[in-house]
This record gives sequence, C-alpha cells and structure tokens, in this order.
Amino acid sequence: MSTKLPKVPVVLVGMGWTGGIIAAELTKAGIQVVGLERGKGRDTSDYFMAHDELRYAQRYEMMQDLSKETVTFRNNEKMRALPMRTYGSFLLGDGVGGSGSHWNGQYGRFLPYDFEIKSKTIERYGAKKIPAGMTIQDWGIKYDELEPYFVKYEHMAGISGEQEDNPMLGKKSKPYPTPPMKVTPTMKLFMDASKKLGYHPYVVASANLSEMYKNPDGIERAACQYCAYCERFGCEYGAKADPVVTVIPVAQKTGKLDLRTHSNVTRVLHDGKKATGVVYVNTLTGEEFEQPADMVILTSYVLNNVRLLLTSKLGKPYDPASGTGVVGKNYAYQTQSGKVTGFFDDKQFNLYAGAGSLGAEISDFNGDNFDHSDLNFIHGAGLRVFQYGARPIGSNNVPKGTPSWGKDFKQASIKYANSTITLATQGASMPWKHHFLDLDPTYKDAYGQPLLRMTFDWEDQDRELTKFLVGKSEEIMKEMGATIVDANKELKAYNITPYQSTHNTGGAIMGADPSTSVVNNYLQMWDAENVFVVGASAFGHNSGFNPTATVGALAYRAAEGILKYMKQGGQLV
Amino acid sequence: MADNNSKQPKSTSRREFLKNSGLTIGGLVVGGVLGGALIGKQKVEVEKVVEKPVNYNQALMYFNQEQFQITEAATERIFPKDELGPGAKELGVAFYIDHQLASPWGINAKDYMTGPFFKGEATQGMQSSMKRVEIFTVGLQGLTDYSKSKYSKKFTELSETEQDEVLKVFEEGKEYKLSGTTTKEFFSLLRSMTLEGAYADPMYGGNKDMQGWKMRNYPGTQMSYANIIDKDEFVKMEPKSLHDHMGH
Repeated sequence: MSTKLPKVPVVLVGMGWTGGIIAAELTKAGIQVVGLERGKGRDTSDYFMAHDELRYAQRYEMMQDLSKETVTFRNNEKMRALPMRTYGSFLLGDGVGGSGSHWNGQYGRFLPYDFEIKSKTIERYGAKKIPAGMTIQDWGIKYDELEPYFVKYEHMAGISGEQEDNPMLGKKSKPYPTPPMKVTPTMKLFMDASKKLGYHPYVVASANLSEMYKNPDGIERAACQYCAYCERFGCEYGAKADPVVTVIPVAQKTGKLDLRTHSNVTRVLHDGKKATGVVYVNTLTGEEFEQPADMVILTSYVLNNVRLLLTSKLGKPYDPASGTGVVGKNYAYQTQSGKVTGFFDDKQFNLYAGAGSLGAEISDFNGDNFDHSDLNFIHGAGLRVFQYGARPIGSNNVPKGTPSWGKDFKQASIKYANSTITLATQGASMPWKHHFLDLDPTYKDAYGQPLLRMTFDWEDQDRELTKFLVGKSEEIMKEMGATIVDANKELKAYNITPYQSTHNTGGAIMGADPSTSVVNNYLQMWDAENVFVVGASAFGHNSGFNPTATVGALAYRAAEGILKYMKQGGQLV
Repeated sequence: MADNNSKQPKSTSRREFLKNSGLTIGGLVVGGVLGGALIGKQKVEVEKVVEKPVNYNQALMYFNQEQFQITEAATERIFPKDELGPGAKELGVAFYIDHQLASPWGINAKDYMTGPFFKGEATQGMQSSMKRVEIFTVGLQGLTDYSKSKYSKKFTELSETEQDEVLKVFEEGKEYKLSGTTTKEFFSLLRSMTLEGAYADPMYGGNKDMQGWKMRNYPGTQMSYANIIDKDEFVKMEPKSLHDHMGH
C-alpha cells in the first residue's frame, strides 16, 4: 500500500538544526540527500506579522500541533501516564527550522567537566559523592576533542560574544566571530553587583547577531534590532541564527538536497543489523511512502529520535527494573523553577525592548567550578539576567502577597511593568535510574503510532541545588538594590503545566561502551552502523547551559562521521 | 535610527519587509508631556472632520446577550477601571473573549483531545474532555446559578463587592460544583483571557485603541530598539499595532 521510491544515499529525518547542519555538510561534499520534514516550509517572509504576542507566545503558532502528536507523562512508575494535552513545560518545534526557528539564541558551550562528569566527580570527591540511582557517566568524548566542532558552529552561526575567555568557562581556540550584544542597564546592574561580590560575570554569547556578519559559507545576515519578539517567534530580519537562514540555503544551493515537507516518518526499516530506509506519511494527503536509503540519520529532536528507535525496534530498549538496555535511558531536563524577582520602586527600565539572547550570567556556581564537599548535590547552574522584552500578556509580575486579580493586582502589575528584574537559575539536571522514556501502552498519535511516555520528577539533588543557588541569586539581587526581593527556592513535584524549558535531553545517549550507550562519539549507533542519532538525545546528562552549542558541535562531528563511514564503512570507534 | 541599519546587507528580507509595509523606524517621542500634548492636538483635529467611526468588530460570534453581559461584568472586576485607565469593559475584553471562544482555540483544535480521559494528578495538567468554549459556557451559567442561590439576584445585578465575593468562591473552587469542570478551571480561563483581552493586539477585539498598552507604557510593535536598548533613561513611545505594518 505504500509507494516505494528509488533508493538514495542518505535520508535525514527532521530538518531543524541537526538535520540542516548535516544536510549542508554532506551536500557540500557532493552527496545526494533527502530531508524529510513533518511540518511545513517557512522563510522570513512568513514573519510579516511576527510581532503578535497572542498568536506566537500564547497560542504557540510555531509549535508542534499536539492534536496530532504529544507525549504522555507521569512522575513515577506508580502513576498512570496521561497525555500532555496542551502546552506546557516545554515547547516542541515543528516545520523546517524546527526548534532552531523559535529558540532564543542563547549560546553556551558545556564545560570540560560535563564530558567527564563521572570520573571527575569521583576524582575530586570519591565514589560516595554519587548517590545510589544517579546514573551519570562519561560521554566518551572530551571537551578538547569536541572544541573544533564548537568553533565550526560558532562561525557558521556568527555567535556574538566576549572576545576574552572567562575563567569559569572552557578555553576557546578561536574567539567568537562577532562582538558581544549591547549591555542594557539591567545587565549592568547585575554585572556590577556580582563583580562586587567577587564573581566573574560575562555577557552571554548570542546567536542574535550583534553586527552584520558573513559566514564561511558566504551567508550574509543583518544585525539584531532588539525588537523584543524573539523567544517563540521567528526573526523577520534573519538576525537570529536559524537553520532556515544559515545551513539549509547552503544545502539547497548545491542542488543536492531534496527537501520534502509534510513528510512524517513513522518507522525506520531495518534487517536487524542495518537500516534499509524509512516509511513516511504525507500529512496532507495521507499517502504512505517507503524511502530506501544507504544511511538513515535521525535528526528529529530528542523526543522523536527516541520514539522512532522504539517504534522501529532499533537498539535495546531500557529496562528501569534491571537498569539494562539503553534506548530511553538517562532522560534529563533543566532544573530552573527556582528564581529571584526584584521589584524596583524608584527605577524604570526600557523592559519592553530586548532580544532572545540579551543577558549576563555568572558560572562561578556552574559545573564543578566551586567546592561541593559540604553540599548535598553535584554540578550547579548559570545564574543569569535576561532582557527578552517584557510583553504585556506574559509579564505581569507582582510582589508576593498581592492578589492575582482586581484593582490591587492591576495597579501593582502596571506599577512594576517596567521595574522588575528576574534572576534565573539554569540548573543542571542529572539522570536517574528511574527517569526514562518508553512507549505508552494506551495513547497513540494521529498516524496510529504509540506516544512516547516520560517518567520524570525532581529529586533531592534538584531541591538542594535550587535552594543553594537561588540563595546566591538572592544575595546578588539585594546588592543590585531591589526594593522588594522575592525568592522562589522550594521545588515541589515536577509539573508539566507551567513553562520551564525546552531543554529535554537524553534517551539515546553517547558513550564509550555499547552496553551503556546508544551511540558512539560520532553519534553512530552501536547496534546499526548506518544509523546516526543526532541531537540532545545524545547527552548523558544536562548541564547548566543552553544545549544548542553542544548540539551544534555534535552535529558537525556526526556529519564528519557520516562522510567517514561512507568511505570506510564499519564502526568508526 | 540605529547605526547598524546602514550596514544591512542589500538583499535581506528586512529591507523587503520595510519596503512592502511602508514602515518607518524611529519617530520616538522622548518624555511623556510632549508626547501627550501632540496626541491631544491630533485627536481634536480628527474629531472635527470625521464622524466617530463604527467599530464593525464589536458584534458577537458566539455569546448570547446575557452571556456577553456576565462576561463584561466579571472581567471588569478582574481588571477594573481606575485612575490609571480603562478597565476590561472599556477595553472591549468581552468582545475579545467572544471572538476567541468562536476560534479554533475555543474548540482546542491544536490540543490532544483523544481519549481515554482520566482525572490526573495536579502535575499532569489539563485532562478534561471539555473544550474551552464549553468550560466557559458552563462557568457563566454557574455564575448565574450561584448568584441566584446566594443573593437571589443575577450576577449582573450584584454590587461590586458581591461580585468579588462570587468570583473569589469560583477562584478557590471549593464551595460550588460545576458539571464536567470546576469553578477553579473556569476562573483561571476567565482571568487569563481577561489579561489577553486587555493586552493582545487590538486586531483581536480587545485593547481598544491600544489603551491597555498605553497604561503601562508598552510601545506595541516597533521595528527596532537598537538605539535605546542600552540607554539609562526611560523612553516613552507612541505605541504601534500590527495594523501599522499593513502600509499601503
């Protein structure tokens, strides 16, 4: 019943950052590539009416249509998992560009510590520091090995950042290609206060260009206008690095990318040893196609990568009871419910203006940059202030104790509309034996495939981390001179309702050992050598930084691996 | 204008965007007094020449008359008129809500509404099989029924204090039961839609004449803040709406 198409060398499943990067690298090397994207195509002309808070930020215009596909969720195995019926804790991308079109553009390389987290933690504190059930492991690659690929991504995207290395961050072999974003008065307040307290603040590196930039592929892009419609929006200027204005046009220009939109892959075909192609449905007509291919590359975000492996019965599914198997293991998130809000009675800032990646941060309490000997957690968080542009539906901060409606609410929310600064805690999230992804036994998507089931909760590790780090933010906020300082330090159970972060990680993790990882350090599957699984699905844990830097670097590494595999075959590691 | 603007590449979409929409960047009004004086003058002149335009958007797509009136009264308590400016009623919030309930969002078109439905834990989010428009309709009936049972009056006939008391009961969600949904769920929808109606772009039917934005010095949609983003002083601007992008 499905139409069998002629065989192609490479098929990519998903055309966001990872699919786009790999498409560009392979087509530049002369390889014919088919890119399958379940959503629609888009370009900057689609953003004519982009400055619409209701449509984009509240109604999620750019996100995956949950009526067709979602995930189910439970906090633990005793609960019945139920579908995430509406958004949501995280916002899933859709269409060409994927999450890379609606992201903020905040850029931060993971630390050297992250890639060797288990050995380095044991080395400094002893094996007892790692609590029972915490399944951290080394990534099978070191920071120095991945460093050149970070540089590649930075120069493709035109990352804007401080030219000097910050002592709290990994060393860079080349400075960022463009200077940092402008410093707003709110950022300056934060940087001055944290410097005074002895910390090392920096302007967060940004994929919103600080100035016009021409990348090594010859792509020229305009500077950010600080228009304040970035997060959850597409950039009409093309100033925000997005696959649609960077890597995808490069691939298209070669004439070697066959990009098919509205093509939803439901299965990876394989013979038990190697993949033979994919099956996909045209979501407009319902027609089913079989696309045979020499290589299958999964580039469809964390959750869909893992779901496709499970529905296709590729790789050994993770079993939480025994801790064996690998697909679905080490699902992690971002611990960032804790925050400090400062209300300034005597100051007004131009908070309506901003950009997705316009902020300052300290990493003095990130990774293992501080002594954890007397603390009941490992890793840490970036403490940060951002000026996104305080849009009026979404930004109605009032001091604790203010009613949430009526005259008092109206007056306080208007009074503080331009006088509120929030310090966020972007906390690392560790993997646990009982946090995992598998297939839901009950609920299905619009194409009859089982939904992915997520089992996840906050642990004491997260609670202790949050309490300690929000405490540090509170000190900084007081130093900044806020009239009222409201701190939110207590983590309850993980709740799928309030928006937290679209930094889902793990489930198809990388490593040096096939019994504890799905892919090797080229993101090549141990169990099927012609399949690469690319994205934050490869993260063994999640760090205290935004994930895209590390996702981008790994995608460049995977592209190199794919080209290598085409020449020599076999396992690359 | 931002320094960066002069350095834009020739073929960017932004340039096309500006050309097509007839936009201008800048035109900042610094300081409230001067801005206010200018606008005042313009308004007077306009009123002399043109009759008050009819707002064809102000008609109903879903509500009946009574539902509209209850919505208008309830949203006004959530976002009341005060010395800072207009409340929900003057901003057209009830029209906004009516139009939204009649939209794909009102029938949860992009939500996962496939069964089976179970009552979940609080951490699992919305698990109702009822659509937003249905929850809202049942909620409005609940306001009527509860007001009649407690005060022997319609909700719209109650004093402001009594209306607040009813809404508080609905917000807490303990005292009064609704069929298929909860008063808490209805109230949360009512509250979030009220804020949306006060602050969403005026094309949606609320935020009349951008008065919601003006109250909090929100400039709406401007094309660039590159020249003020790092400035210390607070800069007030005349707001622009998406309609301004349409040009000619």
